[in-house]
Amino acid sequence: MTSLPERTDRKLGLVIDLDTCVGCHACVISCKGWNTENYGAPLSDTDAYGAAPEGTFLNRIHSFEVTPPDAPPMVVHFPKSCLHCEDAPCVTVCPTGASYKRAEDGIVLVNESDCIGCGLCAWACPYGAREMDALAGVMKKCTLCVDRIYNDNLPEEDREPACVRTCPAGARHFGDLGDPESAVSQLVTERGGFDLMPEQGTKPVNKYLPPRPRDRLPEPPANLAALCEPSTEGLGGFLGWIDRTLEKL
Amino acid sequence: MHRQPALELSPPVSDEVRKTTCYMCACRCGINVHMKGGKVAYIEGNREHPVNRGVLCAKGSAGIMQHLSPARLRAPLKRVGPRGSGEFREITWDEALELAVSWLKPLREKAPEKLAFFTGRDQSQSFTGWWAQAYGTPNWAAHGGFCSVNMAAAGIYTMGGAFWEFGQPDWERTKLFMLFGVAEDHDSNPIKMGIGRLKARGARVIGVNPVRSGYNAVADDWFGITPGTDGLLILSLIHVLMGAGRIDLDYLIRYTNAPFLVQTGEGAEKGLFLRDGTGTPMVLDRRSGEPAPWNAPGVQPDPGAEWQGHETVLRLMGARYLSPEYAPEAVAERCGIPAPRIRALAAELARVAFEEEITIERPWTDFRGQRHERMTGRPVAFHAMRGIAAHSNGFQTCRALHVLQILLGSVEVPGGFRFKPPYPKPPEGHPRPHGSATPGQPLDGPHLGYPLGPEHLLLHDDGSPKRIDKAFTWENPLSAHGMMHMVISNAHAGDPYRIDTLFLYMANMAWNSSMNTSAVMEMLTDQDDSGEYVIPHIIYSDAYSSEMVAYADLVLPDTTYLERHDCISLLDRPICEAEALADSIRWPVVKPERPGHEGVRPFQSVLLDLGHRLGLPGMVADDGGPKFRDYADYIVSHERRPGVGPLAGWRGADGSGKGRGAPNPAQLERYIENGGFFIDHIPEEAQFFKPWNAAYQDWAVERGLYDAPQPYLFNLWVEPLAKFQRAAEGHGRQQPPEHLRERIIETLDPLPIWYPPFEQSRIDPAEYPLHALTQRPMAMYHSWGSQNAWLRQIHGHNPLYVSKQVWLEHGFAEGDWAWLTSPHGRIKLPVARMDALNPRTVWTWNAIGKRRGAWALGEDAPEAEKGFLLNHLIHELLPQSGDGHRWANSDPVTGQAAWFDLRVKIEKAPPGGPSEPAHAPQQSPVGRGPQSVAQKTGG
Repeated sequence: MTSLPERTDRKLGLVIDLDTCVGCHACVISCKGWNTENYGAPLSDTDAYGAAPEGTFLNRIHSFEVTPPDAPPMVVHFPKSCLHCEDAPCVTVCPTGASYKRAEDGIVLVNESDCIGCGLCAWACPYGAREMDALAGVMKKCTLCVDRIYNDNLPEEDREPACVRTCPAGARHFGDLGDPESAVSQLVTERGGFDLMPEQGTKPVNKYLPPRPRDRLPEPPANLAALCEPSTEGLGGFLGWIDRTLEKL
Repeated sequence: MHRQPALELSPPVSDEVRKTTCYMCACRCGINVHMKGGKVAYIEGNREHPVNRGVLCAKGSAGIMQHLSPARLRAPLKRVGPRGSGEFREITWDEALELAVSWLKPLREKAPEKLAFFTGRDQSQSFTGWWAQAYGTPNWAAHGGFCSVNMAAAGIYTMGGAFWEFGQPDWERTKLFMLFGVAEDHDSNPIKMGIGRLKARGARVIGVNPVRSGYNAVADDWFGITPGTDGLLILSLIHVLMGAGRIDLDYLIRYTNAPFLVQTGEGAEKGLFLRDGTGTPMVLDRRSGEPAPWNAPGVQPDPGAEWQGHETVLRLMGARYLSPEYAPEAVAERCGIPAPRIRALAAELARVAFEEEITIERPWTDFRGQRHERMTGRPVAFHAMRGIAAHSNGFQTCRALHVLQILLGSVEVPGGFRFKPPYPKPPEGHPRPHGSATPGQPLDGPHLGYPLGPEHLLLHDDGSPKRIDKAFTWENPLSAHGMMHMVISNAHAGDPYRIDTLFLYMANMAWNSSMNTSAVMEMLTDQDDSGEYVIPHIIYSDAYSSEMVAYADLVLPDTTYLERHDCISLLDRPICEAEALADSIRWPVVKPERPGHEGVRPFQSVLLDLGHRLGLPGMVADDGGPKFRDYADYIVSHERRPGVGPLAGWRGADGSGKGRGAPNPAQLERYIENGGFFIDHIPEEAQFFKPWNAAYQDWAVERGLYDAPQPYLFNLWVEPLAKFQRAAEGHGRQQPPEHLRERIIETLDPLPIWYPPFEQSRIDPAEYPLHALTQRPMAMYHSWGSQNAWLRQIHGHNPLYVSKQVWLEHGFAEGDWAWLTSPHGRIKLPVARMDALNPRTVWTWNAIGKRRGAWALGEDAPEAEKGFLLNHLIHELLPQSGDGHRWANSDPVTGQAAWFDLRVKIEKAPPGGPSEPAHAPQQSPVGRGPQSVAQKTGG
């Protein structure tokens, strides 16, 4: 079994805005592209052009319908990847020490050279955030782009996870959730950010921002015209309105 | 005890970054292509690029898998089996080009119109059109006619531009953004970026769409409208706003033809403007009580006037739209939206437009010479594309939306809708259509344009159409983008005439880009009594093994988008911003290599080679050699007008020219150095009120967008439409056929109207109670995505989504299959429930279904087993009406394909697939893709 660090200096993670996510999958594919070419084994696809294509993805979008009692049904797009939990059960369950949580920033990683592909960590993760790569036989998971965020070979502005850099709607934010002054922490406070399945006791670092209330367009006054100008019923009224308005121009 | 390994935190990312333009959809974002060892390793968005500012969608990021697709063609192909079988022999480029010349050269000498050259998702239309003009055939167009020409044409005729490539919301300032019927693209990243910015500012987003997915899922308010009734909803909003005096009268008087006097008496002049001796439209001058030219110095127009059988446009609008027939209560049931919600929507538009007015302290001078101290705007912006356009009432619906924006005074103002150069450009600023073919000679002018009256139709003296697609005829006079969706059907029917060679580029017409797909495949393979194909020759160019490839006699294999030169030109479909002129290039970041095969060539270079071999004017040098080495040479050297060419940046010998200047041989190098694009910002005082802003007009002339300032007024009233109506009443020399007179009078109304979509008036709505739609997912573009190992895992098949109401009515359960039947056909498909949906609408994702054998997929691929096309249910002609005429399933004004008029019924089907119709497999000319993929370029 593997130990977690007693504390981490920072708690790097993602804040994902469910009010803004349009479900476009840009983050999913950008992640696939970066992590196929970079950290560890490539994210493979089996039966890639056949009947049952199945590949490894570190980030997937799920879509749900929700029907509030007093409003039309809503669709919520829900991107999900490793939440880099403070009490990460995927780490403590690992028999070889391959799964670990970094002391300096809290990122949960798999050291592929120590991974025996036993799958215990995927079983322990309540979020289903780990995927076994079928070709490489090792466990894959979100690295929070640890090979980007400190990478001196990248321009400073690009030192963020690929999914954050690419998100067209700006629905993904990256930062230190251990620092209450950080932009991401402020966002969580302002928008009522929440933990995913807090009852699991894993203390996820990633946070989600809830959708704003929908379909709240105010009811108009019974007579809209009363709100602004004398009623212009019919053509005669409209021509009168034109005359009065012309005088004011 | 916690342990952690040492980790390399700064691994090398790539050897080199090459910046070019994406082509995974039509959005044309800038991309950084990371190279390792000369190979493509990773693709991300270019932060400096004006279109996407660093972000990139799923398609763009998956570009590497498209570039490496197993479906890539590898050599020119000559058909050896029957058409449609997919049996080919690989041939050399010389053989391929000589074969093409052997068909095309005699044709040009005898009957150039017998070549029909149509291009699909072509981003080089100004080039392919120029080639077709030199060849001399009138039969050229791209895919606009089956895409969104209603939106484009309605926008040009109304205000000199529409959405997307023509303009965009003022994302920085708008406070209310309303999105009508937009599928999840057009344009892709800029809308997502814009919505994200609006949401970050707390601005309200309103969606009007039968389906609450994508952008509508994040909209603050969703109006689940019944398909085909958007125009009715918009006219009802106009009813409420006019009735409440919540329209911008000052704006209407200054910038539109609202005060123009229109003849109202019956006769040849009805609906035309009162004009002075010079032909200038007149208004009633409040100072004198007499008519005066609208642009007379100091004139004070009375927008509510009537004068001796004339009434102003605004008065006519009041008379029409204040009628109770447009009241929310009168339209609610048809639109599927309760009247109080329509009123609430109108009230919110009015509140934001008139109570949250915004002002920028920036002086400007208008075309009348009047100086304004500040720029005032109404921060309401709209966007719409195919959802409201692809109906047989689409032109008038798009007109209604443009008119709504104008009534609110929100076009070209801070916070509203803003044009992007080279727009605004009124219909008068565009060419007229040309279609007169002469053997051995170029065409008499550019193919496409904007008719201003019946005199601009493309008809022979006997009234027969000049074009194979019947564009610019009485059936659809303003078909500004042509009508590609009618080409195969008309060519097969020999109506209006037979053709010899069908030449298509990048258009999957044997599958998802055609209505009536199964019949189209039969038309392509049909033989006459002598055993000859009815369409004698088919040449097709594509980069991939699409369904259409199998129907070609000769295949000219194109490169992928990373292997070629291209220009995203101001002469074509530009990528400018509201505050800047911009264009861009593609360049070969890798060489096209197809080891063991003859290889592929960029289509545009091939076309230039063909042009030289055919001796086409403009393509042969003085010494008889080719005028252009390749397409890159054309991009740099070609001049459309002296000093104006495909690219605007770094012109002139010293590279300092912007928009104008002599060709610069180093131009492409300068683009590459600059990240693949050129951007030139509009001066601040010229950034708003562009149609009327003297500084903008002068800047546009300097940059070569116009040759002289051309300020103009918006057309609430579109006078050319009235001219067609008068002709239909019997006035004038050009006369429509009898059977079209009534329809022209009814539908070519110079003010926006709404009428029910044609198909539903030909069928029994009780028998076909449901509307059926498609939309394109954000992660797929047309048919291209299914060859992409990553993207097909997101959309590998497509269920038909049905509402809760329909689901329960039919007792559907998860995993069920259904028959979906239209008046035209029946298909079998899997169903899924979706509650966030207009209850009488079913829908699916577009172009996910694939034919077995195509795209290098396995024959048991889910795209074929469970995927399907609604296209099989949609006919290019309307159901028979018994009058003996072939009535197109198109908009009567522009000819736009009415995809979304489809009506259907649904029944439970026996469990299990496959989807039907299940067409026989095509033989793949490229084999099958590999079993597994683990793409890693670097070590």
